[in-house]
Amino acid sequence: MSSPADTDLHAHDDGQTHGTRKSYLIGFALSAILTIIPFWLVMARPVADANVTAAIVIVFAVAQILVHTICFLHVNTTSEGGWTLLAYVFTGVLLVITIAGSLWIMYHLNTNMMPGMMDTGQASTTP
Amino acid sequence: MLKPTPAAPVDRDVFHLDEADGHGSHSSPVLLGFWIYLMSDALIFASLFATYGVLSSSFAGGPSQREIFELPLVALNTAILLVSSITYGFAMLAMDKGRVRTVQAWLAVTALLGISFVSVELYEFGKLIHEGATPQRSGFLSGFFTLVGTHGLHVSVGILWIGIMLVQVGRFGLNTINKRRLMCLSMFWHFLDVIWIGVFTFVYLLGMLR
Repeated sequence: MSSPADTDLHAHDDGQTHGTRKSYLIGFALSAILTIIPFWLVMARPVADANVTAAIVIVFAVAQILVHTICFLHVNTTSEGGWTLLAYVFTGVLLVITIAGSLWIMYHLNTNMMPGMMDTGQASTTP
Repeated sequence: MLKPTPAAPVDRDVFHLDEADGHGSHSSPVLLGFWIYLMSDALIFASLFATYGVLSSSFAGGPSQREIFELPLVALNTAILLVSSITYGFAMLAMDKGRVRTVQAWLAVTALLGISFVSVELYEFGKLIHEGATPQRSGFLSGFFTLVGTHGLHVSVGILWIGIMLVQVGRFGLNTINKRRLMCLSMFWHFLDVIWIGVFTFVYLLGMLR
């Protein structure tokens, strides 16, 4: 079934692109915990303050993205000579600029350029 | 003289560049190239997330997040996608050991979980549309359907890809090319799980807290 080139691939296979059973199981366990807690926080609302709950939920999401990156996507300083990590960090910077920048600009446009519309939730009533 | 045999096993590999090995850092430029594609895909999702964020309070008199989202359904979908990530991981571990049947079995389980995920999402979309919460109802709903729908489309393409790999592995076994393809698909599948973390947090959980 397998071609002779198989052994060749295995000979220089550094194992960095797949990981081990242990890394997958650790990643799965951490992800499960990091998913269940935010869902519980929002569905059961043990913390009454919505802003505090939102902040905790965001922290859990960032932590889980990091867990997935390390345990499932195997991004580290050595894989592909560090290029995957560089591309990842670069994308992360662009992502933050895009999302945070858009929200910041649009929020200020909404509040500064639409006089008489103090309730931003009703922006849809624009003629 | 040697007669050229038409079915020589190396024939399959003829169309592919032999990797310039000896650097030791990576086995193929394909994996890094695919990684860069995924990063560009992440930027598409970034702009969709930004669009949704800007539009998420433009209800045009239509329903708000709290009125239409069902968190138990989202929790179910999150669990399905998370489990499918680890079943794909098991397929990769079996690939390392060269077990063709085990790889196929785990790939099939992953595909079934993917199909369940898309089915639940389509059920949710159908329910929303039935209730009148269609994409054209408000800016919020346009942004919602575009962002979540684009992710669902990616998962659907991933399922198609798994189907193709099942055929490939069945016909040609775990050769070098198929292994490389399975590694790319692995990155794609785990990447979609990462995007889903953003979706369930940013769209659903924070939406319910508004």
